[in-house]
Amino acid sequence: MIANQFLVLAAALFSLGVYGLLVRRNVVLVLLSVELMLAAVNINLVVFEAMLVTPDAVGQVFALFVIAIAAAEVGIGLAIVLMIFRNRQSANIDELDLLRW
Amino acid sequence: MEWFETWGLTLIVFLPLAGALLLGLIPKEKEDAIKGTALVVALVAFALSLVAIGQFQFGAVAYNTYQFEVNLSWISAINANYHIGIDGISLPLLVLSTFVVVLAIIYSWDHWEEPRNPRAFLMLTLILATGMNGTFVALDLVLFFIFFEVVLLPMYFMIGIWGDKSPRKIPGFTRVTETRIYASIKFFLFTLFGSAFMLLGFLALYFRSGDFGERTFDIPMLTELGTAGAFTGTFAFLVFAGLFLGFAVKVPMWPLHTWLPDAHTAAPTVGSVLLAAILLKLGTYGFVRISLPILPGEAQNWAPFIAVLAVIGIIYGSLACLAQTDVKRLIAFSSVGHMGFVMLGISTLTDVGINAAIIGMVAHGLITGLLFFLAGSMSHRYHTREMARLGGQMKLMPVIGGLLAFTAMASLGLPGLAGFWGEFMSLVSAYNPLDGLSLGVFRTAMVAGAIGTVLTAGYMLYMLQQVNFGEPSDEWAGREFADADRYELTAWVPLVVLTVVIGFYPNVIFGATNEAVMSLVELAFGAPEVTAAVTGVGG
Amino acid sequence: MDLLVLAAAEVPRAGDGGFWAETAGIMLVSPIVAFLAIIAAGKRLKYQGAEIAIGALALNLVWATVLFVQNMTEGVLHEVTFVIGNVGSGLSFELGWVVDGLSIMMYFLVSLVGLLVFIYAVGYMHGDRRVTWFFAAFSLFAGAMFILVGAPNLIQLIIGWEGVGLASYLLIGFYWEDHENVNAGNKAFMTNKVADIGLILGAILVGVSLGSFSFSDIDVASTAQDPALAGVAVVGGLLLFLGAMGKSAQFPFHIWLPDAMAGPTPVSALMHAATMVTAGIYLMARMFPFYQELAFDIRPWMVAIGAITLFAMGLLALVADDIKKVLAYSTVSQLGYMMTAVAAGGYTAGVFHLFTHAFFKALLFLGAGSVIHAVHSNNMSDMGGLRKFMPTTYTTFVIGSLALAGILPLAGFWSKDEILATLDYEGYTAVMWIAILGAFVTAFYMARAVALTFHGTYKGHGHPHESPRSMTVPLVALAVPSVLVGFLNIPGVQWPGIANFTDWLAVRVVAMGDHHPEGVDLFLAGAGLVAALAGIALGWVIFSPDRDTQRHRDRVEIPLLYPLLRRTYYIDDAALGIVRGTKGPLARTVDWVNTYVIDGIVNGVAAFSLLLGRFVYGGLDQRGIDGFFNGLSAVTDAAGGGVRRLQTGRVQQYAVSFIIGALVLVIVFIVSR
Repeated sequence: MIANQFLVLAAALFSLGVYGLLVRRNVVLVLLSVELMLAAVNINLVVFEAMLVTPDAVGQVFALFVIAIAAAEVGIGLAIVLMIFRNRQSANIDELDLLRW
Repeated sequence: MEWFETWGLTLIVFLPLAGALLLGLIPKEKEDAIKGTALVVALVAFALSLVAIGQFQFGAVAYNTYQFEVNLSWISAINANYHIGIDGISLPLLVLSTFVVVLAIIYSWDHWEEPRNPRAFLMLTLILATGMNGTFVALDLVLFFIFFEVVLLPMYFMIGIWGDKSPRKIPGFTRVTETRIYASIKFFLFTLFGSAFMLLGFLALYFRSGDFGERTFDIPMLTELGTAGAFTGTFAFLVFAGLFLGFAVKVPMWPLHTWLPDAHTAAPTVGSVLLAAILLKLGTYGFVRISLPILPGEAQNWAPFIAVLAVIGIIYGSLACLAQTDVKRLIAFSSVGHMGFVMLGISTLTDVGINAAIIGMVAHGLITGLLFFLAGSMSHRYHTREMARLGGQMKLMPVIGGLLAFTAMASLGLPGLAGFWGEFMSLVSAYNPLDGLSLGVFRTAMVAGAIGTVLTAGYMLYMLQQVNFGEPSDEWAGREFADADRYELTAWVPLVVLTVVIGFYPNVIFGATNEAVMSLVELAFGAPEVTAAVTGVGG
Repeated sequence: MDLLVLAAAEVPRAGDGGFWAETAGIMLVSPIVAFLAIIAAGKRLKYQGAEIAIGALALNLVWATVLFVQNMTEGVLHEVTFVIGNVGSGLSFELGWVVDGLSIMMYFLVSLVGLLVFIYAVGYMHGDRRVTWFFAAFSLFAGAMFILVGAPNLIQLIIGWEGVGLASYLLIGFYWEDHENVNAGNKAFMTNKVADIGLILGAILVGVSLGSFSFSDIDVASTAQDPALAGVAVVGGLLLFLGAMGKSAQFPFHIWLPDAMAGPTPVSALMHAATMVTAGIYLMARMFPFYQELAFDIRPWMVAIGAITLFAMGLLALVADDIKKVLAYSTVSQLGYMMTAVAAGGYTAGVFHLFTHAFFKALLFLGAGSVIHAVHSNNMSDMGGLRKFMPTTYTTFVIGSLALAGILPLAGFWSKDEILATLDYEGYTAVMWIAILGAFVTAFYMARAVALTFHGTYKGHGHPHESPRSMTVPLVALAVPSVLVGFLNIPGVQWPGIANFTDWLAVRVVAMGDHHPEGVDLFLAGAGLVAALAGIALGWVIFSPDRDTQRHRDRVEIPLLYPLLRRTYYIDDAALGIVRGTKGPLARTVDWVNTYVIDGIVNGVAAFSLLLGRFVYGGLDQRGIDGFFNGLSAVTDAAGGGVRRLQTGRVQQYAVSFIIGALVLVIVFIVSR
């Protein structure tokens, strides 16, 4: 079954992403982990589109959306990280609790 | 005056709001421009309300017809309309409201409590004016509710920002809070608590009205349904209870009154004046405009209960006054008693009683408003409100002292001054309440109310003795006090004059209200009782 | 005006008074205008406003005299009203003025005595504090009094009634620097206010039952035995009587009047002796048909109150040292006579005594004022022997005393005799004897007052001298009627062309139906005269011998009675107790209830909510229990604080919960399949 391998790949990639998201302390790596998870989702989208062909190629379109949003997110995310680093001399995520009220 | 028919009321209501926005554009430093603008806006609104008197068609009309009516679709999804209009009942209150706002602005010309900031204060005053005027003209429950609530915020800020900063230990709390913080929050939450139930009542009416046609928030339509007997049983009971809570807190009726002494005492002078003169009337006005006509059957069930609470308020308020040491708090408590007379009048459900209530509201607005002005000016000069420390004011400030004596007399219901009619007529009405109401309860209430007038006299004389008479204590002896200045006199003299005029010629009020009240009673409670003969013709 | 037509049919003499009756309202307005004018401009005038006050009363006297004469010759019956308030379908409030025998008598009395007292006051108050304010308040009183006596209905009567009460309060507390005086004013106001419950409720009962507050309507309806009015007659009558008891200082509401002497003496003379305190009697006379035809059941009670007042209060005058208090208790006692008479059914007798009493009691007060002016003390222990220094005052005071004691042929004799005759005729024999005994007491204490004040040797300081002319002229002017007015109403005597006082008073919308004796009852007249003479004799024997000290002279102590009298029967103490109880414990209790119970509940709810909030907060912190929310503000606040702890701001913690949540969802989906 051709799909299985891709799905396994995607799951592995996703799990790696989750692991990185939860464990890494460096904000940049956390962001990269998010990218990994998005990539896993993209794989899934493309695979399923290939399996169950839809009239408007929804899977592909959606994957493109995700890529675009991921790009934007990384752009903004890294900008924020850069600002935080400049202000705090640190990219350690444990020290970032600005979101708290 | 074609334009007034359609635009008049809207202007009266929203001009102050526009004025408030305009004030926001003027730089903070240009105080004269700010004060001038605020005064002009308030004066125009007042002038417009005078035009309303001039254009008003007095005379016999069926209840539930309104003048200067505007009815535009507003939120069509819930069939809420921008429906405004006035009748004889709301006209005097509307004029009172625009009038007192003018006086308040004149008074504040030279009297600013810390932290000053006239622009913000006047903006709040004008927003308050919009809320108050709007409540008196609204003919749609949603609109009414919004205006009713709009007054909360400015008053909350007035008390919370310009209020009494002295620390206050509240029994049961470990922390010492500033009086103004405590008072403003108490005021806000209390009123909000009541109006939450009121809103529930409004919504219930809205949904139930669907059984008889299109769902509606329209007061005239609901009145039509209500007087035709549409709302009955448990439903009516619960709705009345909800409305009762909402209005009773605002009045305030015993035992929901405890926000009032705190709010009044803590509020800046102008805040107290507006609170006493107008805000309290929103509650009683709600009873007359909404509760009675829409739920007439239930009103009859509740009437004895309301009468009892009203009388408890009268006696209780007066007794509490006797124990006060703080002038302003004493005056505040006196409102509980006076509004008790108003509610007693309303609870009789008779034309005499409701007329008594309206003239009582106007008189209380004038008299207690003036009392608060005076108390404010006094504490402005003495920097204390403790009666034990005052004394000999007739010597220190004869004009303010004399006015205080006059107002105290008016407040204790001296015949020939405005306060008398509300008290006397509510006792008259309690003697002969609506047919079917318990005579025992109401006549007991009448006697208790009469005893209340004695207690009222007692605390007023006590206050005069403490504040006005005797030799000034050493603390003040030899000090020069500025007597009333021209701004103060400009604000007070009209109140004095009106108190006397209404006292000797109450038809100033009855002329507007009587026909409307009579038709209201007839529509809601059947034909009014026929009093035997007109004076002048032998029986 | 069908009413007047009806009246004309029943009352023999009733013209309409023409121009003067039509414009009589000027009398009601002019003192009020004077009041405002004095306040506005009084200080700038030569006599500090006195001229305005006197001018207003002089104007009134012109009207009153013309009307009085018209009423003597042809009778005047007229009523002018205008509506000030229409309420409901039937209730209307009116102001206006009624011109009939009773009100004309009062107009005349108030303007004449008032004018004389005002003139006197110019001298008396000269150089005193706040003369302008004095005349302003005095004018206010006069205006309110005219409004009261001119009232065509109960509403206007109440307005005037409370108006004179206000003026009384202001003038008793005239020297407000001293809290004593203010207290006296408060006492007067509050005592009256308590009694006014009766007046107001009575007015409501009568007015609402009948559908009209108008006196004419009430009179007519009473005569016609109106069933609606008859239904409330007893309660309504009692309530109105209660009001009258307050204003006319009937037992036990008399307590305010002696204290009211704290005001300047002209005030005591005009308000607390001659006119204002008779308002209660006036009300009873005004409502006489109501009591005569409908509320007659309560008459014995009213007579009893009057009898207690006339006797017990007279005794109190025996022990007072303050000359004004002697006169004050005497006034209370005389008011008791009037009330007894009116209550017993003697409309003419009571009102006639009111009329005569006004002259000689005003005279006595002004005389006392003249003495006080000279010796600068109110106490008779500082006086004595003044006869030599103040001959005019002495002569007039003695005339007043004899008139009050009821010595033939002075005014008091005739009016007292008529009261005795009324009591006898109406069957109140026991009360009649009390009244005769009262006459003895009256004569006794007046003899004492004259002896202690004017005879013996002077015991005060300085050199007393006769008062200025502005004070002695009114004294003389009042002494004349004190001697003469009694002749206006000798039973059975009709003066040619003007009939007599009885006929003047009878000019009302309905016939009063009281009894008029055909001639003097020699036995009663003799008994009264003997009692009075005995009183004078005894008083003279006891008090005229000059002893070393006043104390010594004034020492006839009857065991039990004397202490009781000194403490004024403990009634004042009881009243004070009630006031203290209300102002003290009761009010404090309510305040306490308010602060600690009702407000306590409110604060308690808040405090409790806060506690609850802290509990939730703590629980969340330590055990991770989720909070619960209810509407209470404090709980919400605290709970919000608790939830905030979850919000660590650490993205990864959020992510953990997020992922755990997602996993749970996945598991749920798988399992539920």
